[in-house]
Amino acid sequence: MSVRHALLALLSEGPKYGLQLRHEFEQRTGEVWPLNVGQVYTTLQRLERDGFIESDGDEDVSPQKSFRITTEGAAELDTWLRTPPDLSSPPRDELVIKVLVAIRVPGIDIRDVIQTHRRHVVELMQEWTRVKRDAGTDEISLALVVDAELFRLDAVIRWLDAADARLRRVPRSAPAPRPEPSRARAAEARR
Amino acid sequence: MSALQLNRVSKVYGKGATEVRALLEVDLIVEPGELVAVMGPSGSGKSTLLTLAGSLEEPTTGEVSVGDVPLARLSRNERAALRRRAIGYVFQDFNLLAGLTAAENVSLPLELDGVALRSARSAAIAALERLGMAARANRFPDELSGGERQRVAIARAVVGDRHLLLADEPSGALDSVNGEAVMRLVRETCQNGVAGVVVTHDAQLAAWADRVVFLRDGRVVDQTAPADGPESLLDADRVR
Repeated sequence: MSVRHALLALLSEGPKYGLQLRHEFEQRTGEVWPLNVGQVYTTLQRLERDGFIESDGDEDVSPQKSFRITTEGAAELDTWLRTPPDLSSPPRDELVIKVLVAIRVPGIDIRDVIQTHRRHVVELMQEWTRVKRDAGTDEISLALVVDAELFRLDAVIRWLDAADARLRRVPRSAPAPRPEPSRARAAEARR
Repeated sequence: MSALQLNRVSKVYGKGATEVRALLEVDLIVEPGELVAVMGPSGSGKSTLLTLAGSLEEPTTGEVSVGDVPLARLSRNERAALRRRAIGYVFQDFNLLAGLTAAENVSLPLELDGVALRSARSAAIAALERLGMAARANRFPDELSGGERQRVAIARAVVGDRHLLLADEPSGALDSVNGEAVMRLVRETCQNGVAGVVVTHDAQLAAWADRVVFLRDGRVVDQTAPADGPESLLDADRVR
C-alpha cells in the first residue's frame, strides 16, 4: 500500500491538514489500514521535499499546517494510478509449497492436508463475509476491501479444489511426476 | 426442536456393477434460524442430500426428520402436504412459471395447499414486499431481470409459514454482486427463524452460512468451526 500516493490522492481534492489526512486515509481504506500520525508527517515531509506538495510556509510540522498538491504531484499521482503493479512473477506461495511437499511425504494423506487448508480458508471467508454483512450500505471502501480479500481467498479455494481433482486422477502408489522439466520449459518460454 | 435432522442417512442408486453410493451415513442437524452451507465437488452427494432433506426422495437407509417428524412415518399424502407447507425450495434456474405473474408464482404453493385465493395472494404480496419486489408483483418472469426473478423464487420458497429453506446453487448464473444480494436475502430469511440449507461449490456463497459442511464421495468429511466474531479480522496484528 502506497501511503505516499494515497495522501496525494486525498490532497488532489483540495488543501488539507495532517490529522485530517490521517482520518480520511483510514476512512477511505475501510479502516483496515491503520496509520499513525508519525507516518503521516514523515510521508508529508518527503512529499514536500520532492516538490509534490506545498505547505502554507510554517517551518514546523504542526496540526495547523495545511498542505496542497503541486502540478508535479498531480502528474506523479496520475502516473502511479495508471502504472500496473507487478503481477508478473508469482509470489512464493507457502500453501502451494506445503501441498507440493505433502505429495512426497510417506504416510501423509494429501487430500486431508488439502481439506485442512480448505476449511481454514472458508472460515476466513466466513469472517470477512460477516464484516461485509454488518457494514452499512454506504461503506463502499470497506465493501471493496472485503471483496478483494474474498476474491483472493476464493482463488485459493479454487486452486485447492483443482489440486484435489488433479491428484485424484493420479494413482495413489505411483510417485508424483517430477516437475523440473516442465518448469524449465516454462522458464525458457518466459525468456 | 431441530428444523432438519439426518440420522446416518445413505442413498444408493442402482445395483451390482451399476451401483452408485451417492450418500453414506450422513449425520446433519440444522436448527431453526441456522444457515448451513454444504460444499463439495460435483458428484460428492450435495444435490442428493438436498432431495432427501426435501423429502423428494427417500433414503436407502437412515432417517430424515423435518421439525422432529420422521418422514418415514408419514404417508405419501402427508409428505406432500409437508413439502407444500413447511419446505421451500430455491433452484439454480429459478423454475418460475412463465404464464403467471410474480405474485401468482408466489401464491401458487398456498393455493395448491387449499388456502383461499384472497389469503394466498395477500401472503404472496407480503413475501414479495419483504424482498423489495412489491412494485413488480404483477410482472411476468420475462419482464424481470435475473436478480428480480431470483427474488421472486425466494419469495415463493418462504411464503406462508415455511420453516425450512433448501437452495441448490441459489445464485445460478447471476454475477457476484447479484449473487451476494441473493445470499443476503437467504441470510435475512434465516434470521427470522427459518432454517436454511444451501448446497454450492462456490466458496463465496458458502461463506454467508453459519456453518459450512464439506462433502466428499458421499460422506461428511469436515465442517467449519463456530464464528469468532468479525472484530478478530480487523485487529492490528492481522492487518498486512
